[in-house]
Amino acid sequence: MNKDIVSIIQKDQLYNLMLKGKRADGRAFDETREIKIETGVIEKAEGSARVEIGDTKIIAGVKISPGTPFPDTPDVGVIITSLELIPLASPEFESGPPREKAVELARVTDRGIRESGAIDLKKMCIIEGEKVWMIFIDIHVLDDGGNIMDAAALGSIAALLTATIPAERYGLGEDAPLPVRDIPVSVTAVDIGGGIVFDPSLEEERVANTKLTVISNQEGAIVGMQKSGNGSLSPDQINHIVEVACNKAQDIREKFLEI
Amino acid sequence: MTDKPEKFIDENGIRSDGRRANEIRGVKIEVGVLSRADGSCYLEFGKNKVMAAVYGPREVHPRHQQKSNRAIVRYKYNMASFSVEDRKRPGPDRRSIEVSKVSREALENQIFTEYFPKSAIDIFVEVLQADAGTRTAALNAASIALADAGIPMRSLVSACAVGKVDDTLVLDLNKNEDNYGQADMPIAMTPDGKITLLQMDGHLTEEEFKQGLEMAREGCRQVYEMQRKALMDHYSKKTEVLSTEVIVAEDVKEDAPEEPEDVTQVEVLEDTEDTEKIDDSNETGVTKKTDDTKEPGDTKATGDTEETEDTVKAGDVEELEDSGEEVPETGKNAYETDGQMDESEEETSNE
Repeated sequence: MNKDIVSIIQKDQLYNLMLKGKRADGRAFDETREIKIETGVIEKAEGSARVEIGDTKIIAGVKISPGTPFPDTPDVGVIITSLELIPLASPEFESGPPREKAVELARVTDRGIRESGAIDLKKMCIIEGEKVWMIFIDIHVLDDGGNIMDAAALGSIAALLTATIPAERYGLGEDAPLPVRDIPVSVTAVDIGGGIVFDPSLEEERVANTKLTVISNQEGAIVGMQKSGNGSLSPDQINHIVEVACNKAQDIREKFLEI
Repeated sequence: MTDKPEKFIDENGIRSDGRRANEIRGVKIEVGVLSRADGSCYLEFGKNKVMAAVYGPREVHPRHQQKSNRAIVRYKYNMASFSVEDRKRPGPDRRSIEVSKVSREALENQIFTEYFPKSAIDIFVEVLQADAGTRTAALNAASIALADAGIPMRSLVSACAVGKVDDTLVLDLNKNEDNYGQADMPIAMTPDGKITLLQMDGHLTEEEFKQGLEMAREGCRQVYEMQRKALMDHYSKKTEVLSTEVIVAEDVKEDAPEEPEDVTQVEVLEDTEDTEKIDDSNETGVTKKTDDTKEPGDTKATGDTEETEDTVKAGDVEELEDSGEEVPETGKNAYETDGQMDESEEETSNE
């Protein structure tokens, strides 16, 4: 099936709906789909979470092990985030090394966690310059129903919140919960012919030219942003997205996540 | 690398490099500096030195990427290994893949891609020296190179970063401000204020964000004026040369040897393109090059091999990164010391 043709027809349909103030699945413009978060789903991982946003399903796993710090930051732990768009999740995903879409998603997820200071990396130092805890966050996308970005960010912080430092296994003292001190939440919106809709479904994502992700922290400040897609946004549109996104993030945080 | 200064802004509101909060660094632009590229630009933004080249519209390789209704745009941002203090491992890393993606998306919508179905417009930017703000410098250069290549565009794209140091918003972060500052937000805009690139990391309140956006707008406007001027200067010179040539041809033959170089240039132009197009491309900086089908075949051929080699390389590197998680650490670290977003990602969160 030719994706280009489908998207043109769909674009028309979604645009017309947008003009009437409607969305294909009946949601309000700023309404997110149902979110489900289940933590501790993988016993072997130090922390894990399965997140569903509508049809989108992802699973995030956290592994923690001792390693060597970077020479320029000898006394802080290391976070490494990767995300894979595995072919089981969509006919459009191919196996092989991560392409730019996966790299972008992983890096924006990483940005949210790093910039919000969610993990107290100073506490992740074991011996300065020699040994620190390395935190690997790996996100596997299982089903692409649109807006993988928010699901990935939600999954990674949910997994971190439940993670334990496996000190006993490495003979480094007692197991302890991972020191998490902030909860960044990502909220994404797309522009469909001038109308801004939040938490885009797959079809909305496909027809939209422009996407903006806003990640905010507990105090409602912005810690990360990413514009994605070919189109452009006006300052008014951006300010609107930022405002709604920060409020939405607060709702999601209160409902699903707590330290 | 220098250490974190106690204060980024002194009591007189002057930053460590002598600028005020709303001042951008010095910019130097040279248009059309490469002979083989269809369009090119060398740009310095403070201590950043970047070179951009545009090839195309040209045949698409690999073929399956070709679009029947429009041209595809490809953007490759690459940092030279010597561009940063600690040598960067050559080849694409995750950072440059992301930068390439967002930069392409910042430009693509401004290009009339529908004029060139089944073709590719390739943009290559090489960062020769990095000093905070390479992606914006690269984008500014790429935008000019596209215009120089005669690719029809809706408008130029101008980029500039805004950031926060000492709880104050500042325009166009320098290296130290980027490394130890509280926020960094690269933005690209069209002259009519449409935002085509927006990234942010750090910590900004909603109010600060709104202000920052306004500041960036002013910064981008200044950059736009310089881009425009550089193109105008470059092409007005060319037009002068052409008009002298016309007079020479009609009137006095003795004047001809005065500027032998230019004469040859004109002749070459006349050989490869019909006169109408020459006139077109010299009237304004940004004009449409209607006929590029006669791109020399050998260019295509080299394009091919380069492209495949690149993909193979990219694949290899990434596979490496995938197979052993230890590998990316050194790689990652290598570019984290280079003072781009990643570094501030790591540093600022801990300060």
